[in-house]
Amino acid sequence: MSDASANTHGGRELFGYLLEYENPGDLLAACEKVRDAGYTRWDAHTPFPLHGLDGAMGIRGTRLPWLVLAGGLAGLALALLMQWWMNAVDYPFWISGKPFFGIPAAVPVAFELTVLLSALTTFFGMWALNGLPRHHHPLFNSERFKRATADRFFISLEAADPRFHPERTRAFAETLGAQDVEAVED
Amino acid sequence: MLLAKDAIDNTVHDPTQPQELITGGQTFTSITDHICGIVEKPRPPRAWYVAIGITSAFTGVLGLMILYLIFTGIGVWGLNNPVGWGWAIVNFVFWVGIGHAGTLISAILFLLRQKWRTSINRFAEAMTIFAVICAGIFPAIHVGRVWVVWWLFPLPSYQSMWPQFRSPLLWDVFAVGTYMIVSLLFWYTGMVPDLATLRDRARTSLRKISYGLFALGWRGSNRHWHRYEKAYLLLAGLATPLVLSVHSVVSFDFATAQIPGWHTTIFPPYFVAGAIFSGFAMVMTLIIPAREMFKLKNIVTLYHLETMAKIILATGTMVGYAYATEFFIAWYSGNPAEQFAFINRAFGPYAWAYWIMVSCNVISPQLFWFRKIRTNTWALLIICIFVNIGMWFERFVITVTSLSRDFLPASWGYYSPTLVDILTFAGSFGLFFTLVLLFMRYLPMVAMAEVKTVMPQEHWEDKVSRPIGDYHGDNPVVQPLRRRARRPERR
Repeated sequence: MSDASANTHGGRELFGYLLEYENPGDLLAACEKVRDAGYTRWDAHTPFPLHGLDGAMGIRGTRLPWLVLAGGLAGLALALLMQWWMNAVDYPFWISGKPFFGIPAAVPVAFELTVLLSALTTFFGMWALNGLPRHHHPLFNSERFKRATADRFFISLEAADPRFHPERTRAFAETLGAQDVEAVED
Repeated sequence: MLLAKDAIDNTVHDPTQPQELITGGQTFTSITDHICGIVEKPRPPRAWYVAIGITSAFTGVLGLMILYLIFTGIGVWGLNNPVGWGWAIVNFVFWVGIGHAGTLISAILFLLRQKWRTSINRFAEAMTIFAVICAGIFPAIHVGRVWVVWWLFPLPSYQSMWPQFRSPLLWDVFAVGTYMIVSLLFWYTGMVPDLATLRDRARTSLRKISYGLFALGWRGSNRHWHRYEKAYLLLAGLATPLVLSVHSVVSFDFATAQIPGWHTTIFPPYFVAGAIFSGFAMVMTLIIPAREMFKLKNIVTLYHLETMAKIILATGTMVGYAYATEFFIAWYSGNPAEQFAFINRAFGPYAWAYWIMVSCNVISPQLFWFRKIRTNTWALLIICIFVNIGMWFERFVITVTSLSRDFLPASWGYYSPTLVDILTFAGSFGLFFTLVLLFMRYLPMVAMAEVKTVMPQEHWEDKVSRPIGDYHGDNPVVQPLRRRARRPERR
């Protein structure tokens, strides 16, 4: 790590540093330090949702619920319009003197479509906001990182961060109590 | 790590201590190794091959019966006048009901912060999906002309005809369809982190590709977890009213009719309670042998089984109460047709079915008042099978008795199933169990990522300089951190 002018590592572009922790407590403490140092393009990787990490990382709330509300309202409107148009306008059918379109009879389908479109928005919206699915990520180049979905806790500091400096960031990373600091290639 | 045979009894615990949900001193590593190990073994246990051999044979019978029905017509079933609804509807309502426990465990217990659900929710959700698949077959084939079943959906056609939205049968299409899709999304969303675990441990390229494809590139990022958890909460919040609505809508098929014994406002809550009752019984029926076969006793502990038994007791008592209420209202309404329908249920030609229903559904779960029975796996398994039988008979009694003896004695009849009815129903069990066995073999049976959040944390707490509470609770250390993150100037 002598070349401080470019973010390279072993001749290849550097993605960033990967810090490994054995337990969630150390990870939380380290995340607070990274957050306070002002890094923005970094992440923590855990095998399960670790509560308290959002605060320690300074992550703000997601706008997903608003998308879901919009999806649900669209479902409700679609259901009511569909039932009214199909049974009262385009193909009216007289049955036992019932009104062609009545709210009580429309409630079950309206409810179901509201839930359906909300759920579809939740599902697809969440993956879209997360930028998933993607078939590859530089972190998968690290053999060590395979345990991030099993029993190890990681911090990744990306080279794309404006505060990133190959040597200074490495020195900073080594103060964070990680078991191991690994440079990951892009 | 204790072996499965040393699994301890954690049904009695000290209320001043946190409940030990996962026994045997498990670590994150041992949980991952154990659950993934089931899927990664080159060969499943021999019992698995025997079981899938039998269940696939039954699935084949189902296929043959469906083909026979399509080529011959609905006349191969025992339907007659006046009993125009028979086993197809009974089986449909039965299977939809089975599905409900899965959603209840995954959604409602999630919202109620019931941490014990994490050991069993994946399994129960899978059961939901498979039960709804079995349920979906029956309405699709009972229409007779299966090739025009798409008329049920609001799709444009050259006839310019639209489905009739004032019919409860169409509400069913939307309710069950939505239920199926939302359950599938919920199940899959919950599984993505665990599929990523399997991908990262995969040795063969086939496994890498297949699990990798479905893991969607998940890398445990906390920025992703943050949205993921919000999405999971939203899906749970959406599934909760949905699960209550599905069986309510199914009950509308009956409740909006004029037939005595069907024209009842108690049906929606009564059907939902019955559905949860039968669904939990099915979860138990599946999970007791599975925890034995795959050595899951430290993860699905006796405490989990006992808690489910308590839910079965509660919902079984509700079902018994609903039976009593129906009788009371029949008498109180002063409607002779209604009164006759209920006297006829208990003492008429279908009295045998009625009393099977009462003894299985009302009497047998009452044994769960005794702790000795709640914590005995054999007793649990047998009573749960009784509950499943009883709940099938409940749907049979409601559907058939009311139709066979309605207003005019001149139009009375007796219904008996044909061999085709019986084999189709048996075949649907074959399909259900085949899917369950494939699930156990190829997918993570326990939600690993979720189980890890409720584990005892002794193995790391001692290394931390300050105390940190459990991950899910309100954490006294985490709260100030969160405030500091948002308003740094106040510190």
